Amino acid sequence: MLDKTLTQLAAGLARGDFSSVELTQAYLERIRLHNTDLNAYITVTDDIALAQAATADEHRAAGNAGPLTGLPIAHKDIFCTQGVRTSCGSRMLDNFIAPYESTVTARLAGAGAVMLGKTNLDEFAMGSSTESSYYGPTRNPWNRDTVPGGSSGGSATAVAARLAAAATGTDTGGSIRQPAAFTGITGLKPTYGRVSRWGMVAYGSSLDCGGPMTQTAEDAALMLNAVAGFDPKDSTSMDRQVDDYQARLNEPLAGLRIGLPKEYFGDGLNEGIRSAVMAAVSELEKLGATVKEISLPRTELSIPAYYIIAPAEASTNLSRYDGVRYGYRCKDPVDLEDLYKRSRAEGFGAEVQRRILVGTYALSAGYYDAYYKKAQQLRRLIRDDFQTGFQEVDVILAPTTPSPAWTLGEKSNDPVAMYLEDIYTLSTNLAGLPALALPCGQVGGLPVGLQLIGNYFEESHLLNIGHQYQQVTDWHQQAPAL
Amino acid sequence: MSLDRSQVENVAQLARLQVTEDAMAATVTSLSSILDLADQLQKIDTEGVEPLSNPLDATARLRPDEVTEHNQRDAYQAIAPSAADGLYLVPKVIE
Repeated sequence: MLDKTLTQLAAGLARGDFSSVELTQAYLERIRLHNTDLNAYITVTDDIALAQAATADEHRAAGNAGPLTGLPIAHKDIFCTQGVRTSCGSRMLDNFIAPYESTVTARLAGAGAVMLGKTNLDEFAMGSSTESSYYGPTRNPWNRDTVPGGSSGGSATAVAARLAAAATGTDTGGSIRQPAAFTGITGLKPTYGRVSRWGMVAYGSSLDCGGPMTQTAEDAALMLNAVAGFDPKDSTSMDRQVDDYQARLNEPLAGLRIGLPKEYFGDGLNEGIRSAVMAAVSELEKLGATVKEISLPRTELSIPAYYIIAPAEASTNLSRYDGVRYGYRCKDPVDLEDLYKRSRAEGFGAEVQRRILVGTYALSAGYYDAYYKKAQQLRRLIRDDFQTGFQEVDVILAPTTPSPAWTLGEKSNDPVAMYLEDIYTLSTNLAGLPALALPCGQVGGLPVGLQLIGNYFEESHLLNIGHQYQQVTDWHQQAPAL
Repeated sequence: MSLDRSQVENVAQLARLQVTEDAMAATVTSLSSILDLADQLQKIDTEGVEPLSNPLDATARLRPDEVTEHNQRDAYQAIAPSAADGLYLVPKVIE
């Protein structure tokens, strides 16, 4: 039962093959067996899950089932869930019981989904390996000595190891797509503003996007249908029509124009990943797509631009953690200044402190123009490069990461080495574009992936292409043996 | 560019973050290496390019000036490290 996709489980529930309580119990049992080892979940919400599952079964019996009724999913522990600890993987919020519910989790619950628990992440979503969590690293179920990627590594491992039918993630610089690639699942980063940020703990507010992490593109469409759309509580939520993301899944791909950005296929790309991505390109050509090379000339500059803009926004967002209103407070502060400085020093881990300091520096008097303003100017040029590309092609296809999952601890003491691994994902966030990560092969027993980048609000088209690709390939069906 | 110790102390003060003596040398090194990476930006001519703060060039939405939130002081103070009589408690500020 647990090897089924979200869509298949929905059909099974509808047919009455099993109840939501049975399904939820099966997932909770599997979590009990494997979570100690994999550390995908920070908090497992057994009681809530079983109560929601019982309610879901009642709704179904009464003929009131919605699209997600009774389906057990996990939430990245960055989405506020009322009455449940929302830790962000940080000692700072280890004692934080969210007093309100995020829009994403509220909409999923409203559509009938069952919450299994809250998944591990890099502290405040700052990282690419889920090693910076206060709760210890999550392991990659394909090889426990390797990282699952990050920051949504707990959600990725939960879905890959079938400890949840699907999960939520957030993507500020690749945090849905890169862990999806490292664990062999599907992940969608929507257009900026398409999914509400309300109740999603802020990291880089002009970059942060919530989205689905699933086995298949079809599942991602099912989940996106529940969460996408305008939210007056998010000042950057876009007030425009929402597609039915399932409607176009079965459209043929004849005539699709795909662009391959040459900068994503340079020397830094692992040869195994290159072959896997090119094999996927061949499959899409067989389905009627045409392919041409394009150029996104400022791709490398997305790294310095991102690692100024995101820390700058983080430094302001994280100023709210002051040891006064909620979260961690140091013992016996001698005065208010000591309370602030020690609460923050003891409550935040090393990478979060680094980004706060870099961001504070970049925004400080005398350096703002040289760093923050300059990075924002680059951001416009990077966005314009994509628009030039989209004049020639419908979608852009590229590897999601330059290399497969690395060994635990390999890069944890070298922040810049870790940042460089984000080269293929950052520019999409800077431009605010949607991107769908799909598994497309394996290298040395580890999954690798490609991403399809679309123009603004083109999620349905990306999901259509992803679904068609998954009709003729089976990488998305591969699961690790636990 | 590389930072010196006094610059890091200044930034840490602005950020209200205590950097301990033990951590200072490593902090100076890692911030300097990150700023070296960021300095790649300085080579690019961006003369006349408008900074982009929202990827869709959207601006903040206005809403009617109506009360939409109700008072939830008790719920919010229930998770405060120290609160009493509706007030957040901190070390004495005025002697």
